[in-house]
Amino acid sequence: MPTGQETLTRPPTGRRKPAGPRPAATIARNRTHPIWFLAPAFAILFVFFFLPTVFNFVYAFTDWSSFKSDIRPVGFENFSYLLSDGTLFSALRITVSYAVLVALFQNLFGFGLAVLLEKDTWLNRTARLVFLIPVLMSALAVGYLFQALLKPDGSLNDLLSAVTGQPVDVAWLGSTTWTLVLAAVIHAWKWMGLSMLIYLAGLKTIPQDVTEAARIDGASSGQAFWSVRFPLLAPAITFNVATALLGSMNGFDIVQALTGGGPARSTEILNIFIYRTFGQGLFAQATTMSLVLFLMVALLAFPVIRVLRKREEIL
Amino acid sequence: MTAPAYGAPARRRVPPPRPRGLAARLRPAAVVALVVLVMGVPLWLVVVTAAKSQGEALSPDLSLPSRWQLWENLGQVWQQGEVPAAFLGSLLVVVPSVALVLTLGSMASWILARRAGRLNAVLYALAISGIVLPPAVVTIVLLLRQLGLAGSVVGMVGVYAGIYMSTVIFFVTGFVRTVPVSIEEAARMDGAGPVRVFVSVILPLLRPVLATATILICLYVWNDVFYAFFVVGGRLDTLPLNLFQVANAGLYLDNWHLIFAYIILMSLPLLIIFAVAQRKIISGITGGAVK
Repeated sequence: MPTGQETLTRPPTGRRKPAGPRPAATIARNRTHPIWFLAPAFAILFVFFFLPTVFNFVYAFTDWSSFKSDIRPVGFENFSYLLSDGTLFSALRITVSYAVLVALFQNLFGFGLAVLLEKDTWLNRTARLVFLIPVLMSALAVGYLFQALLKPDGSLNDLLSAVTGQPVDVAWLGSTTWTLVLAAVIHAWKWMGLSMLIYLAGLKTIPQDVTEAARIDGASSGQAFWSVRFPLLAPAITFNVATALLGSMNGFDIVQALTGGGPARSTEILNIFIYRTFGQGLFAQATTMSLVLFLMVALLAFPVIRVLRKREEIL
Repeated sequence: MTAPAYGAPARRRVPPPRPRGLAARLRPAAVVALVVLVMGVPLWLVVVTAAKSQGEALSPDLSLPSRWQLWENLGQVWQQGEVPAAFLGSLLVVVPSVALVLTLGSMASWILARRAGRLNAVLYALAISGIVLPPAVVTIVLLLRQLGLAGSVVGMVGVYAGIYMSTVIFFVTGFVRTVPVSIEEAARMDGAGPVRVFVSVILPLLRPVLATATILICLYVWNDVFYAFFVVGGRLDTLPLNLFQVANAGLYLDNWHLIFAYIILMSLPLLIIFAVAQRKIISGITGGAVK
């Protein structure tokens, strides 16, 4: 395997890491952990992940579309077009707001549920299972479900009318500011069961004597929770915040099924724009937006990666 | 790994309940109220609407249908939504993707976890980059056309494998690092080569983390509509793609009863698997995320 040769001829990296691998150890490792084991996975990653990503940087600067057979470079025309009609910044703003809101709600809900359902009674165990049902459901289905629930003549208004005793007909999905927040709440509703599980696992790994020691030292139950147990949940928080943030940045199904990007394109997150533009045959524009999404996530992800790395080192 | 726990021995020692004031006694009531409001209302809406006639379901509400016709609606969706074909399409995509990504991913993870050095660090960073970086969904289509895989099952499987490989490598590499090398060395002393060590020593040890990864990736792929739309949309049916079609076909007719019947049909396989294996699934997910 050519990739194996590469490590053999590479000079030992002793300068940076004094305790680094010696050549003898490298050769031994080649025999016990052959590098060709990496080849199939990297072949797939290369063809289906890295290569399209590289293409992304190329075709964003062309006039590729379904209307012409040839593809010619056009420089920054796609970018300037998207900038000039304001789509670029509004889609970016909407996507980031959506991701932050989802991360916030999903963690609040999941954490609240975990604390509420922490004790192992049969009622709590059943409730945990029920809260996991939306995690299994398709996001598309969840979007349609809430579209039906939130219609002006839908069930939520019926319920509110029954409770308040006067007719309520709020157009829940009609506001250009609040619909995005509602979509984030629904995204959080779908995934809060998973966050709950991870917080529960975090709570379970905290040894009981730590809390008991705090109680003996005179801490109230609130103090024991917030000063002793809560900081120990750090790994669970890192995982939950990172997955919620990155997952919702790639979101599509819930918002598409809920609003289709409306009203007045106020919930048009990047992936909906990409889907719509691609459907119109404007491939290069869709690619440009896909590149923008890539750059934005890459920019925001580096702090997240650093936190994940740190967490890995601690554990 | 963990012995399956059936019956009484599984139950851990339960401390006697200590009532601690009003808050502790109100807690069960709060749990029930929350389950009914937050989960009960939406799920109830799905079931009653799926059982109504088109006229009654025009504006879906929480009332009971005047006549239950759940079976008729499910049957209508089964035919109009071409459920058998879509179910087969979903299976054709999900099973190979998951098998491929788990096998190749754990092979790579083993090496990435065991080797040290700068090259290895770079390879690992590349391998897990897909966890954060979004796939280039538009140019994937172009690439598949150039490869002659556009619209095919093979292309779709490759795309899913490419997208979720990073997730598998991230989870499994972290897990392999917690497995002591001495276990491998013992096998090596007995004359086992790398392939043998991987298959008979490492793979069985990876079972818990592979179970978690299987569940998560099955969930993602089974429910995915975004990538499927770009890669196979129109040429292969999967369940989410067909739901999208059923819903969009009814854009002006508001076929809520059919949409909800389809949702029930589509969620049922996962719900049944979950109901059967819930204990293992839950311990798998929690064990995988917070080691």
